[in-house]
Amino acid sequence: MSLRTLPLLFLNLGGEMLYILDQRLRAQNIPADKARKVLNDIISTMFNRKFMEELFKPQELYSKKALRTVYDRLAHASIMRLNQASMDKLYDLMTMAFKYQVLLCPRPKDVLLVTFNHLDAIKGFIQDSPAILQQVEETFQQLTDRYGGLSDGEFQLIRQTLLIFFQDLHIRVSIFLKDKVQNSNGRFVLPVSGPVPWGTEVPGLIRIFTDKGKEAKKVEFKHGGHYVTAPKEGSFELYGDRVLKLGTNMYSMNRPVETHMSGASKNLASRTQEIIAPNPLAKEELNFLARLMGGMEIKKPSGPEPGFRLNLFTTDEEEEQAALTRPEELSYEVINIQATQDLQRNKELARIMGEFEVTEQPKHSASKGDDLLAMMDGF
Amino acid sequence: MFRRERPIPLRGSAAPLCNNLSVLQVPSRNLTHFGVVHGPSAQLLSAAPEGVPLAQRQLHAKEGAGVSPPLITQVHWCVLPFRVLLVLTSHRGIQMYESDGSVMVYWHALDSGDVSPVQAVFARGIASIGRFICVGTWSGRVLVFDIPAKGPNIVLSEELAGHQTSVTDIATEPAQGQDCVADVVTADNSGLLCVWRSGPKFKLVTQIPGFGVPCPSVQLWHGTVAAGYGDGQVRLYEASTGTLHVQISAHARAICALDLAPEVGKLLSAAEDTFVHIWKLSRSPESGHTEVEHCHGECVPDTQVCGARFCDPSGSSFAVTGYDLAEILRFSSV
Repeated sequence: MSLRTLPLLFLNLGGEMLYILDQRLRAQNIPADKARKVLNDIISTMFNRKFMEELFKPQELYSKKALRTVYDRLAHASIMRLNQASMDKLYDLMTMAFKYQVLLCPRPKDVLLVTFNHLDAIKGFIQDSPAILQQVEETFQQLTDRYGGLSDGEFQLIRQTLLIFFQDLHIRVSIFLKDKVQNSNGRFVLPVSGPVPWGTEVPGLIRIFTDKGKEAKKVEFKHGGHYVTAPKEGSFELYGDRVLKLGTNMYSMNRPVETHMSGASKNLASRTQEIIAPNPLAKEELNFLARLMGGMEIKKPSGPEPGFRLNLFTTDEEEEQAALTRPEELSYEVINIQATQDLQRNKELARIMGEFEVTEQPKHSASKGDDLLAMMDGF
Repeated sequence: MFRRERPIPLRGSAAPLCNNLSVLQVPSRNLTHFGVVHGPSAQLLSAAPEGVPLAQRQLHAKEGAGVSPPLITQVHWCVLPFRVLLVLTSHRGIQMYESDGSVMVYWHALDSGDVSPVQAVFARGIASIGRFICVGTWSGRVLVFDIPAKGPNIVLSEELAGHQTSVTDIATEPAQGQDCVADVVTADNSGLLCVWRSGPKFKLVTQIPGFGVPCPSVQLWHGTVAAGYGDGQVRLYEASTGTLHVQISAHARAICALDLAPEVGKLLSAAEDTFVHIWKLSRSPESGHTEVEHCHGECVPDTQVCGARFCDPSGSSFAVTGYDLAEILRFSSV
């Protein structure tokens, strides 16, 4: 509905991805310098000026599939590799976390504070890289310029657009279940107590006025919730107390990332509609990917830097098991570029895909078309 | 006291839109029709009194040039003097069907003209008054269609200018007596309300300014405008003058739907805070002012409500839809 949603969606999901990767890198005892390189490379790719330019253009949101392809590429922007099962899990966690944050935002405008929370944390990851820090701060400025002056009505539209994107996603996340913010049926808990949003009055009062505008009577009624006034408003400045905790890092060494796959959505009808998208749609999505990823400057590894594989699960066996038992309706099936024809038609995408080098596999000298298809299958 | 009745299952979950439930009561046939927007499709279903679903149909927004399947913004039954039409608004235009959704009788494509690329184009806000159907648009324009007693010769008779931001909702009530001044009220994303007198040419009676807070839902009862706002407030105004009579701090989050049981003066408010409240409106005999009394509050746990309607004229039962919920919840008083 709103054409201004993509930057917010992308940056917040990206932020969640970094939180999870950071936690897994530490849990898997990846050497600190390698871990730092991975995060730096990903963040630097995310905040690349050309990429941001594409991102901030007014446009509709594309499907979860198309967006997932972008994150897949982003996650592989460095020396780190992820298997399909781990990438699936990563995306599940990212999407459920941001869905939770959007749903629980007190005011629609607070999604901007959530975004700032993510950016604040990202700045923490790259403290020792002034160049990347500069990129992040530029993006911050872009956000302020584009969203700072939007009306409440515009933010309500953005909120609705985001919620439509996340509709019917009910994957159960361990950390949410433990904290009791998610029910065992996958639905999030919506508390009926606590501070009201900034600018909202605590419910419970009926005020009756005379024709002259004087208050004639005040009557209280029992609202049902247990609300209190909001203490203060979060800051929208470059630096400041955001007040809102949504969008801050909830993972730590002691709070591992897990999901339960059995909380699958019952609404298969809506899901199948998405999977069997008509051809013209797939073509538009290819164009979108080409545009967006064309702006991604993936740094080719300089020299023989050995890569490593990150596992989102606790063991390799678990990862394999997860791949085998993933419910059909939750498979993300990366955009299926069926024929070489499609690739040739989209020369831009072909060129971008050609830039993508898989450091582990030796390059085949077969025809270019086959090479590209093979690489796409490897996604 | 209200108790939960058996919910009615939906094919698809309800989309997080405001006013996302339309109810058509057909007491003569002991049936109730429900309409809910899922996303690119809307579901119509009819149910018997105990909530047993009898028939269902899915409607889609008409495709057009564009990237993804167009999203529907609202579905609503319009009861006119000689017929009932079902109106469906989307990001492409306005579709009108016979009341069971079987035949499309009219299609109006939205003119995106020289829209700034940042603007999303859509229609939203549907209500009928006399032989007219009014539909709001993204630009603030309200389209007035003249509907014949039967057949597809529907004509766009007027475009009302009064709003500068997207229309959210429209409410109407049959003219209250000869000297009725206002029978239509339109609301928008900035909280502005426009009050109109319908006719071959609509007349703007008054404007009630908003304060930047959106007004997603509005109702009209006996010359009183009831408006629900994004900050959880419900306010009642004198329609002809715009004077504020009552201000209720009704909800802790944005209001998404208001409904009226006009015969008994009951008002229903539902919001994203998971609560549904029922209020009794009355006119004080001494002062002549509108007064409000709180009747009942119902919490729908962990559900961001997106639509709510009374299911009978006495307001003794109501139905609710929620974001991500694939069923219509029903409540009736004991």
